Amino acid sequence: MKILYFAWLRQKIGRAEESFDLPAGISTVEALVAALRARGPGYAEAFKDLSRIKAAVNQEHVAFDAPVAASDEVAFFPPVTGG
Amino acid sequence: MSGIRIQNQDFDPAAEIAALTADHTDIGAVVTFTGVVRGDGGLRVMTLEHYPGMTEREIARHIDEAKTRWPLAGVTVVHRVGRLSPGDQIVLVACASSHRAAAFAAVEFLMDYLKTRAPFWKYEERADGGTWVDARPADDRAAKRWE
Repeated sequence: MKILYFAWLRQKIGRAEESFDLPAGISTVEALVAALRARGPGYAEAFKDLSRIKAAVNQEHVAFDAPVAASDEVAFFPPVTGG
Repeated sequence: MSGIRIQNQDFDPAAEIAALTADHTDIGAVVTFTGVVRGDGGLRVMTLEHYPGMTEREIARHIDEAKTRWPLAGVTVVHRVGRLSPGDQIVLVACASSHRAAAFAAVEFLMDYLKTRAPFWKYEERADGGTWVDARPADDRAAKRWE
């Protein structure tokens, strides 16, 4: 799967995107976050407080209980501040 | 007709209005909103980041939604990204309709959704450093009134 990070999540994690082999048994955005947190201190820091983060799957806003599959593009970002 | 552009360069509202109304005789009203970078608290530079692809899709979805709510002859949304300075134009929303009420309402609707759903993020630099702008609850409340 392709994972994208924006704004301060990108800075804390240290990359804008990566490909990630979705581990077996992970089927929701929330479970994916738990797997990502274990990847290192930058990830743990970025994903510390889910109330400050939004997610999108295949470029659509989703809740954290939304399903994810290996072919998805998943993005994590802070609440948007455009306009 | 509707147009969505995400760009670094500045835009000319008059040119956007002219493009929106060209070859139309059914338009009685064009309402435009132009957002400008405010130099609050010693702001020096504002940098806008976005999610290419999703941004255009979100805006297109909300233009489609606006068109189901109001009779619109045309919509243009231009949003700048990259480095901006206080006083720079940042966003343009223009809606054309046969009558003004629809055009006014559609512009407000689109701006409220741009602020709360379109994936843009602002980073502000001042003399003492840089910070990501926090989302404002007032913007969420403004968007909720359309639900």
